[in-house]
Amino acid sequence: MSDPKIDGLELKPGFKGMADDTGSDQTMFKGVHWGKAMMWIFLLSDTFIFSCFLISYMKGRGSTLVDWPNASEVFGLHVFGVEVPLLLIAIMTFVLITSSGTMALAVKYGYEKNRKMCGWLILATAVGGLIFVGMQAFEWSKLISEGVRPWENPFGAPQFGSFFFMITGFHGTHVSIGVIFLFIYAYKTFAGHYDDRKRGWFTSMKGDYVEIEILGLYWHFVDLVWVFIFAFFYLW
Amino acid sequence: MSEIKEKEQSTTHKIGIYLWIWGLLFVLSFFSYMVDWYQFQGMLRWSLILLFMFAKAGLIMAFFMHLYWERYALVNVLLWPMTAIACFIFLMVAEFEYTVFTRLFYFVVGG
Repeated sequence: MSDPKIDGLELKPGFKGMADDTGSDQTMFKGVHWGKAMMWIFLLSDTFIFSCFLISYMKGRGSTLVDWPNASEVFGLHVFGVEVPLLLIAIMTFVLITSSGTMALAVKYGYEKNRKMCGWLILATAVGGLIFVGMQAFEWSKLISEGVRPWENPFGAPQFGSFFFMITGFHGTHVSIGVIFLFIYAYKTFAGHYDDRKRGWFTSMKGDYVEIEILGLYWHFVDLVWVFIFAFFYLW
Repeated sequence: MSEIKEKEQSTTHKIGIYLWIWGLLFVLSFFSYMVDWYQFQGMLRWSLILLFMFAKAGLIMAFFMHLYWERYALVNVLLWPMTAIACFIFLMVAEFEYTVFTRLFYFVVGG
């Protein structure tokens, strides 16, 4: 998505281009907005945090001699008298993917300077995030009422609770922060801050639709982390 | 004028690609839910979970996060650190296997 055209510089593609970019004695990420580069570096560090959580979960689950709780039963729901395994988690996954898709389209319409469409799609993304957080709150209160604590639970190995609350809690915090920013950016988009190049609150940077892409990177990352949590914590 | 047009094309893509990726993500999520629904066990379960997980993660990163269209300088800075995580996973697998061994040896066998 970066703009590969820079005055007075011919950028080569592929690994040759990478060597040239890196050794150019200039900015290394050619055509990449500094905010986007910084967001990527933040996401890289966040990747390490979530990796540490998931690796410690692997270590804890692998080293206990007590049976691990069966996720598809623990997270199952009674719907119309039928026990459906992992139902809530599956719905949460679909909600998050839906909001990820609307965010991707919002970025696209932002770059096309389609203000209304971009704003509505960001708003839809925020609503999707809110639904996700709401369902997570429901899931937490259900498990807490069933007696799951960070130090004990009625289903199996006592470590289950601490890993569950830590990992999904940290992810839920990310979603909540994302929702707050999505609402702020929806307002800024509708108010036309990116068309008027209005300066932001904490920065002298002029408003630009690239900010929607930076926000989108964060939101897709939240979805990306959920892909791994879904696979390792709920399905494994 | 033509230069401006070219510039616009470089930062935006057809809506079709996003809808395709979106649809694929739904299908892959549905498949990974089916892994649990049909209660596959053992190696089949783990390999399917990992397959669908990496496919979804790859699609999100490549197209929703635009890495497929970024220059290699950025892509490589982001992807090479993942090898450190892979090393860490191998270290911790060795660690938990040793912990299990000591627990079995002292708690079950009796030292």
